[in-house]
Amino acid sequence: MFNYTFHWHQAFQALPQMLWGALITIEVAVISMIFGIIFAVLIALCRLSHNRVAYGVATAWVEMARNTPALFQIYMAHFGLGAFGIHLSPWWALLAGITFNNAGYMAETFRGALRAIPATQTRAALSLGMGPLRAFWSVVMPQMFRISFPPMTNQMVWAVLMTSLGLTVGLASDLAGVTQELNVRTFRTFEFFAMAAVLYYLIAKAVMLGARLVAWRLFRY
Amino acid sequence: MSVNKGEVVTIIGGSGSGKSTLLTCINGLEPIQGGKITVDGTVVHHPETDLNKLRQKIGIVFQQFNAFPHLTVLENVTLAPRKVLGMARDKADEIAIKQLSHVGLGDKLSVYPSRLSGGQQQRMAIARALAMSPDYMLFDEVTSALDPQLVGEVLDTLRLLAAEGMTMICVTHEMRFAREVSDRVAFFKDGHIHEIGTPAQIFEQPEKPETAAFLKVAH
Amino acid sequence: MFHTALTLNDLLFLAKGAGVTLAITAIAVLFGTVLGTVFGALKAQASALAMAPLTFVLDVLRSVPLLIQLILANAFQSIAGLGWSPFIVACVMLSLYTSAYCTEIVRGGIEAVPAVTRRAARSLGMTWGQDMANVTLPMALRVALPGWIGLTLGVMKDTALVLWLGIIELLRSSQILVTRLQEPLFILILVGAIYFLISFPIARLGGRLEQRWREND
Repeated sequence: MFNYTFHWHQAFQALPQMLWGALITIEVAVISMIFGIIFAVLIALCRLSHNRVAYGVATAWVEMARNTPALFQIYMAHFGLGAFGIHLSPWWALLAGITFNNAGYMAETFRGALRAIPATQTRAALSLGMGPLRAFWSVVMPQMFRISFPPMTNQMVWAVLMTSLGLTVGLASDLAGVTQELNVRTFRTFEFFAMAAVLYYLIAKAVMLGARLVAWRLFRY
Repeated sequence: MSVNKGEVVTIIGGSGSGKSTLLTCINGLEPIQGGKITVDGTVVHHPETDLNKLRQKIGIVFQQFNAFPHLTVLENVTLAPRKVLGMARDKADEIAIKQLSHVGLGDKLSVYPSRLSGGQQQRMAIARALAMSPDYMLFDEVTSALDPQLVGEVLDTLRLLAAEGMTMICVTHEMRFAREVSDRVAFFKDGHIHEIGTPAQIFEQPEKPETAAFLKVAH
Repeated sequence: MFHTALTLNDLLFLAKGAGVTLAITAIAVLFGTVLGTVFGALKAQASALAMAPLTFVLDVLRSVPLLIQLILANAFQSIAGLGWSPFIVACVMLSLYTSAYCTEIVRGGIEAVPAVTRRAARSLGMTWGQDMANVTLPMALRVALPGWIGLTLGVMKDTALVLWLGIIELLRSSQILVTRLQEPLFILILVGAIYFLISFPIARLGGRLEQRWREND
């Protein structure tokens, strides 16, 4: 039926290289999540503030991140910023794009979570003499993360999947990039990308499992 | 109205009469439109007043227990002493354990609030406020959200505090408690003090007809 | 003051790209929803064991990057001698991808209908089909619709990935213009605005519906 011989051994030989690529993939995903979360908290706070400028900038970020393709956001980082004299390498453009995207989506999650926490929690904290910042940090924010945890886990998986878009801006070091390099050299597209697909699947499952463990440890109450 | 050190003043009145708002005005959580509130000579609503410092001196317990769900009972009580007063962990733990034992929760230190009954959570809230060593304690209808059988344990804690000489202002519906424990009782109506006097005066011989009418229904 | 080499023809070119984007989206959402509804209804009814193979396949569709899936599918059809155009590959894969997410949305919607309600309907003498059509699916729809709208918008944005297969959709069209006109920032912003103008109103509508239905409950 197939006028094609599958050369799986080539794919297996390339496994070590692809595993290194997988490491880069995870690295980009993790960094994008860390900064994404930091920005998302700030954005969520800005969205709840009365300052017009803060609210405007925060809302613009969220709406742009959620209403345009992630690929577009990565293109913007790579090609668009060039007009401002900022030339990001493929790795940095990918990271910037994914972080921008992460922050936008998680900010909405956090905003919803903050609305679910009764204002009386803040009131109790203030009554104990805590300043507003301390009240947020020690009392409100931990509860916000607990409520937001499942969506954050999903976002982490998406971040991993989004790293594959690095292909389109020429990134050669992550899993997809490495696979493409091998593909271009040997034209064994199916075998190599099938192996990559398996690796992505395993990483996604590992993230979900890891999240389950973290939740079990952190949210004992 | 002025409250002296060691006094227990109870505030009674119908819903919406402004009793709870008075308490949240005293510690600066609510703004005021007129008049003045001073605590130990500090004007509460003065722009230069350090509200955080003020709130260290005034403990307040609300109707909703407001337990911090992500912290154990012990951590709930040590949070403010450690972060606001900068206390070292073991010293904070010491004080917390003392206060928690005082209110009868000495065996629940590493439990999360979700496992506690309403009465226990409320007593934890009291211990949490006491851990800051306040000079004054405000209680805002602290038993109103509790099942009837749990009310007693919280009132007992309040009685204990009163007996130890804490200066307290309690907003409450519990008339028997008000009668037993207060040095003075204030009847609130339409946002101001309608009548104020000793428990004997208010409960036995109220001067104003509205006070009498309220007491007849409330009893 | 502001000068651009963009001509009307270029704008039409972009519009054509947008048309391709919308066409692929429509096809993927149509087939994906039909499949997703079938799968979702099945998963809500049948045992987890019987559904395990399907669950696994759908899980894979959600756990492998869409770009990789497109590349794999293209390579596969070439090996198998299917002779599919990139457009067909894109539509097939996006339909399957959509169905994977739609399955969960439909299943969630059906499971949100309280069992007692369905039992009440059957006790009134309705058949399984009548219960489904008149009681369960309408209620499930209310729960599922906001998620489905979100999925549709997501698919619309994901169609940008098919540019890798050589299809001239909206984003690729813009890149072609950029290569010719050398105005990357302006054209990108323009394209971003187009995506935004397509997505934002629908997203708001979905949010408004969700709110209105929540208030009525």
